[in-house]
Amino acid sequence: MPAVKRIVGQSARRREGPDKLCGAAKYVDDYRLPGCLFGATLRSTIACGRIRGIALDPAFPWSEYVVATADDIPGANHVALIENDQPLLAKDRIRHPMEPILLVAHEERAKAYAALAHVRVDYEAEAPVLDALTSTTVFKSFAIERGSLEAGFAAAEVVVEGEYRVPHQEQAYIETNGAIAWWEADGTLVTLGSLQCPHYVVKALKASFALPERKVRVVQAVTGGGFGGKEEYPNVICAHAGLLAKKAGRPVKIIYDRHEDMAATTKRHPAVVRHRTGATRDGRIVAQDVEILMDGGAYVTLSPVVLSRGTLHATGPYDCPNVRIRSRVVMTNTPPNGAFRGFGAPQTLFAAEMQIERLAQKLGLDPLTVRRRNAIREGSTLPMGQTLRESVGARGALEACARQSAYARRARECARWNRSNRRPSWRGIGMALVHHGAGFTGSGEAYLDSRAAVTLTRDGELRVLSGSTEFGQGTTTLFGQIVAETLGVPLELVTVETPDTARVPNSGPTVASRTCMMVGRLLREAALDLRSAVTGGKGRFPATTMALRAAGRRLCGGEASSTFEAVYRKPGWVSWDDATYTGDAYEAYSYGAMAVELEIDKATYEAAVRGVWIAADIGTVIHPLFAEGQVIGGVTQGLGWALLESTVYENGVMKNARFTDYTIPTALDTPPMQVRFVPAPYSLGPFGAKGVGELPMDIPAPAVAAAVRSAIGRFVDALPITPERIAQALAKDRAA
Amino acid sequence: MKTAFTVNGKRRAYAGPAMRRLLDVLREDLALPGTKEGCGEGECGACTVLLDGDAVVSCLVPVGQVAGRRVATVESLGRTERLGTLQEAFLAEGAAQCGICTPGMLMTASAYLRGGGTANAAEIRRGLAGNLCRCTGYQHIVRAVQKAARGSRPRREGGLGQARRPARRRR
Repeated sequence: MPAVKRIVGQSARRREGPDKLCGAAKYVDDYRLPGCLFGATLRSTIACGRIRGIALDPAFPWSEYVVATADDIPGANHVALIENDQPLLAKDRIRHPMEPILLVAHEERAKAYAALAHVRVDYEAEAPVLDALTSTTVFKSFAIERGSLEAGFAAAEVVVEGEYRVPHQEQAYIETNGAIAWWEADGTLVTLGSLQCPHYVVKALKASFALPERKVRVVQAVTGGGFGGKEEYPNVICAHAGLLAKKAGRPVKIIYDRHEDMAATTKRHPAVVRHRTGATRDGRIVAQDVEILMDGGAYVTLSPVVLSRGTLHATGPYDCPNVRIRSRVVMTNTPPNGAFRGFGAPQTLFAAEMQIERLAQKLGLDPLTVRRRNAIREGSTLPMGQTLRESVGARGALEACARQSAYARRARECARWNRSNRRPSWRGIGMALVHHGAGFTGSGEAYLDSRAAVTLTRDGELRVLSGSTEFGQGTTTLFGQIVAETLGVPLELVTVETPDTARVPNSGPTVASRTCMMVGRLLREAALDLRSAVTGGKGRFPATTMALRAAGRRLCGGEASSTFEAVYRKPGWVSWDDATYTGDAYEAYSYGAMAVELEIDKATYEAAVRGVWIAADIGTVIHPLFAEGQVIGGVTQGLGWALLESTVYENGVMKNARFTDYTIPTALDTPPMQVRFVPAPYSLGPFGAKGVGELPMDIPAPAVAAAVRSAIGRFVDALPITPERIAQALAKDRAA
Repeated sequence: MKTAFTVNGKRRAYAGPAMRRLLDVLREDLALPGTKEGCGEGECGACTVLLDGDAVVSCLVPVGQVAGRRVATVESLGRTERLGTLQEAFLAEGAAQCGICTPGMLMTASAYLRGGGTANAAEIRRGLAGNLCRCTGYQHIVRAVQKAARGSRPRREGGLGQARRPARRRR
C-alpha cells in the first residue's frame, strides 16, 4: 500500500498558480533594479546590402547615453547555435530587414528609443532574395528513401498529386521577449530573462563575451508564454543586454514592444510541399513521393532541425512500403525563422493529410476509411526505417475520435444540409490523424547528455533540480508529481528549484515535447536512487516532515545536502545513423485525431468552427487538467493558423506586426472542444507518459481544410483558409 | 500637474505629465506590477483594470483621465495565501497557464460578474472576447468564470461539443 494517495493521474494545483493569479509572479519587466538602464536596438531598414558607415548625430547629447556596436563585443560576433553564421550585431553586411546594428541605453526607456532616430546608417543596398522558390542558397537538405518508388507507382492503381503552401506563423506569446543583464564584481555575467532554454543562453554568452562557463549565469524569470519563440531568440536579447551592461557598468533591461517583437523575432517556417501518392483501388497506399521546401530566413538558426522533424513526419502516421522524401531549407533575406510548437511537422503533416483527402475523393471512399486502411500499428515501419515496437495509439485515437464526434452521423447531416439551396451556409466535417515524436531526433538526446537531480537536505527538504523551464505547460507541478509519486510522499513536501544555471544541472532545452517523457524519466530515476539510499531497499520512504528531517540528517552526515543526479542513457534498442538518416528517429510518438465541424457563410465565405473533438494518445496522463489545457491551447493555435493568422511581408519585413492586423483567435473564435485521452503507455516514459506539447498544433489545419472540402466540395491547399481563398476556390471551379 | 485618485481603495496622488499611461503609473510609480503590458495598443487586454467598476485597457488611459475616480487592479482581488472566489475558480479549472494574460482576464471577468453576467458560456465568451490568451484556448477560463458565477461546480459548456443537451439559458 502506498503511504499517500496516488498523485500521478490527479490534477494537482498549479504550483506557481496563486502567484500568477494575484499579480505577484515576477516576469522580467517586473524587476526594478537600482541604477538599471533601458536598452533599445537600431535595426536595418534594408533587406540586403552593405553598411558603408554609421554616424552619430554630433548635435545629440550622446554623453547621457550608452552606445554599443559590433566593435564592443569582447568575444565572437556571432549568436552561437547550430552554425555560427548570425552576427550578434551587423558590422559590414546586412542580410535581413530588422537586423540589429547598434544598441543604445538610457535611464528612460522612451529616451533610449528616441535616440535611435539620431543614428544614421549609410547603406549600399543589393537586390534581396525574398522568394524561397528562387533562392539558390541551401542551408540543409535531406533525402530519405525506402523500398522502390518505381515499383510502388507501377503497382499503384490510382495516383493523386498536390502542392500545398503554408505561411509564417507568429508565436504571439502575450509577454514579449525581454531580458536584464548585469555584471557581478567578480566578472560574472548574469542575465535574467523570459526564456525557455537557459543553457542555450549560457553557450551563446560564453562565445560572445569570451567567458568560461563558471562566469556566466542565466536565470529564468517567470515567462509569459514561449511556444518556441523563446527557444533560441533569448540568445540574442540576453547578449545585447549583457553588452550594454558591460559598457554602462550598470544593469540593463531590454523589453521589446509588440511591433518590434513581431517584426524582428523568429516565426514558423513557411513551406511548399509537393506530394505524389499512389494507392491500390481498395485504398492501400503503395507509394509516396514528397518534396519539401522551407524558407529559413536569413540565418541558419534552427532550420536544419526544423527541416529534419518536418521531413521525418512527412508521410503522416501511415504504412507505405515505397517512399522518397527530399527536403531542403533555403536562405531568404527575411528575419530568420525558428522554433514554433510543432517544429516543421505541422507544415508537412498538413500536406500528408490533404493527400489522404485527395485519395479518398479519387477512390470514392470516405477519408476515415482510407485512414483506417493505412494507419500505423505496432510492427509498422516508418520511411526512415524505424520499426515501431510499442505504444502506437494511432488507431485507438482515430476510432475514439470517430466515435465521440459521431463522425458518420454528422457527415450525413452536413450532406443533407448542403443539398438544399435555400440554406444560408455550407456545412462540413473533416478529420485528421497525426503523430508526433517526443524528444530530440535521432542521436540528439544522447548528444544533449541531459541531467536532472533530486536533493534531500539535512533539514529534510526534498528539492527537484532541473533546467527545464515552466512557461505555462505545468512543468514544475508535473515534476513535483513524478518525484512525489516515486518516493511516496505528499506533493507539498517536494519543492522545485527555479531554473538558474548556477544551481541546476543542464536538463537540455525545454522544447520538442521532451520535458515530461525525457526529463521526467530522469527525475524518476534520480528519485528511485534517493529512495534506495534512504530506505536501503527496505521499508517505506519517510513521508512526513519530521521523518524526512531525521532521514536527511542520517543521509547527509556532515554535508548540507545529498544529491542524486540521473543522466540520460540511450535505451539499448535505439539505433540511429546520422550519415544515412536511418533508424529510430524518436523513442516514442504521441498520436492525435481530430474532427472539426464548420459552417461557411454563403454571403461572406467566412468559416465558423461549430465543434471540435480530439482523441489523443500521449501515453499515461500525469496531470489530466494540464494535458487537456495543452491540447485545447495547441488546437486553438492550430485553428488560428488554419483560418485567421495571416502575415503580410513587404520587402522582406512583416507589415502587419501588431495584434490589430495580425489576428489570433479570441474566445469568440474558439468553439467548445471535447478532449479524450486514449493512452497507449510507453514503457520507458515516467509512469508510461509520452509528450503532449506539440501534437495538438499538428492536427487542426488539415482537419479544417478537410471540413472546408466537405462543405464546398473544393480543395483549398494554402493556409490560412480566408474568405478570399474560399471565393477563389469556388470561382476557379466555375471558370473551369 | 497633480492628479488624485483611488487605487484598490487607497487614496493616491500623482504628480507628473497627465498624458502618461495609467499602466505605467500603476506599474512604475505605484509599485503595482500585477497589471501587464501585452501590446500597448488596446488589442490584447492584458493591462485591463477597473475604472469605477468598468473594465478599461490601462495602456490607452492617460492618467489625467482618472482624476477623482476609482481604479482597481488585480492586486485588489486577493492574496496568494487567501485567494478570492474568482481566483480560486481560475486555479481549480486550470484557467491560468503562463499567467501573463491572467490579471487582465481576471479584471474583465470580475467586471462581467459584477455587471450581473450569468454562467452562460456563450455570454462569457462574448464578455471575454477583448482579452487575448495564447495558452489556454479559453475553455478553462470560460469554465472558471462559469464556476464563479454559479458559486459552485461548473457544468460542461453547451454547443456541438456537448454530448448531452445544453443547460437551458437562465434569464
